[in-house]
Amino acid sequence: MATVVVIGTRKGLWLARDTGDRSSWELSERQLGMNAVYGVGIDTRRGTPRLLAGTDSEHWGPTVLTSDDLGESWQEPEQAALAFPERTETALTRVWQLQPGLPEEPDVVWAGTQPSALFRSEDGGRTYAFVDGLWDHPHRPEWGAGYGGQAVHTVVPHPADPTRLLVAMSTGGVYRTEDGGASWSPSNRGITASFMPDPEPEFGQCVHKVTRSPVDPDRLYAQNHGGVFRSDDGGLRWTAIGAGLPSDFGFPVVVHPARPDTAYVFPLVADADRRPATGRFRVFRTDDAGSTWRELGKGLPDEPHTGIVLRDAMCVDDNEPTGVYVGTRNGEVYASADEGESWTTVAEHLPDVLSVRAAPIG
Amino acid sequence: MRVSVALPGALRPYAHGRAEVAVDVPDGTTVDGLLDRLAESEPALERRLRDERGVLRRYVNVYLGDEDVRAAGLLGHPLRDGDRVLVLPSVAGG
Repeated sequence: MATVVVIGTRKGLWLARDTGDRSSWELSERQLGMNAVYGVGIDTRRGTPRLLAGTDSEHWGPTVLTSDDLGESWQEPEQAALAFPERTETALTRVWQLQPGLPEEPDVVWAGTQPSALFRSEDGGRTYAFVDGLWDHPHRPEWGAGYGGQAVHTVVPHPADPTRLLVAMSTGGVYRTEDGGASWSPSNRGITASFMPDPEPEFGQCVHKVTRSPVDPDRLYAQNHGGVFRSDDGGLRWTAIGAGLPSDFGFPVVVHPARPDTAYVFPLVADADRRPATGRFRVFRTDDAGSTWRELGKGLPDEPHTGIVLRDAMCVDDNEPTGVYVGTRNGEVYASADEGESWTTVAEHLPDVLSVRAAPIG
Repeated sequence: MRVSVALPGALRPYAHGRAEVAVDVPDGTTVDGLLDRLAESEPALERRLRDERGVLRRYVNVYLGDEDVRAAGLLGHPLRDGDRVLVLPSVAGG
């Protein structure tokens, strides 16, 4: 079975397909022109896999496109795929996240946007309806903007319950709903915010990414703007687990699809010094839920490196053994077909890699 | 009356490949009104010019003759039969 990697960059999208064993890769021509592609998805719930791309052009604005032929062609609906309602007096800046819903709801896709809002599609990601409940949350006026803008960049469905969903935003933190999006509660207890006077506020944290174990839905990991955290109760409480890392600052965190105690991060030196924490390009993995971390570098560049991995530029696939993928702001993409033990180069010399997703395509 | 909208190459795919789109509008239609009409007939084109609030996108410039309609405050200016509105991307990006 071939594996496809979708690579969203600051200037267009590329597809890579493995030519056997996920150790060598063929890269497509650039697609989607000069658009920045912050959000990509591979929806494998339908007979024909559907690619999702949230794009924005500095000139012509944002949109969402879909492809049912693995990127040979892209479609967008005649009317805007996604737009803020008039009452909000707001305009869409960017779609950060396109997240397919549960297998039993094969046409549901969630979109997280800048400014911070959530949208829900019921037609497989072609068009989206605004989720009023999150927008109307009384905390919203106090949600702030990080360097990347004020956005819901993370949408995490519950693998067994379509009414339960978690979002993360910068800044604002983690919010959860248990009624399908009508009402939302902050879900940040234990997550610190070193940039605020109260180091453990109810909300306002700058959570960079959250990942949920598909086999143990109460197990979550969060990479914060300073701090790596774990939750064992679906996000009610979080515990710091970054002590064993060279730095607890970073953007992505990804949990292993089958082993809830295994997760991957890419630590950077510090907020004020954004390069790989050890000076070399290294992924870190825990196999004991964050008690200890191991540096993974076999096959990755050994020379000093400045490439960093942004929040959606790390992912895993559903192969056995699990594949791990990272893209860099220096335009490289690396893949591991053995859970991070060793790595090969998928692509080099691309624009800044913003988003990476990979899936086996039958 | 009939006016036209001239498009840069990047926008022609959203206008069936045309470099210029002719639009029939009632007498007295303004530049904004022309874009409203475009939103009905060519929605994928119009939303690349204006956001969902109807605000001209920051790096999209619209000219009537030599006048930048945003800078000159001419979005509410009534058009005349035969007027040609020119859309150009401004300098942006890196």
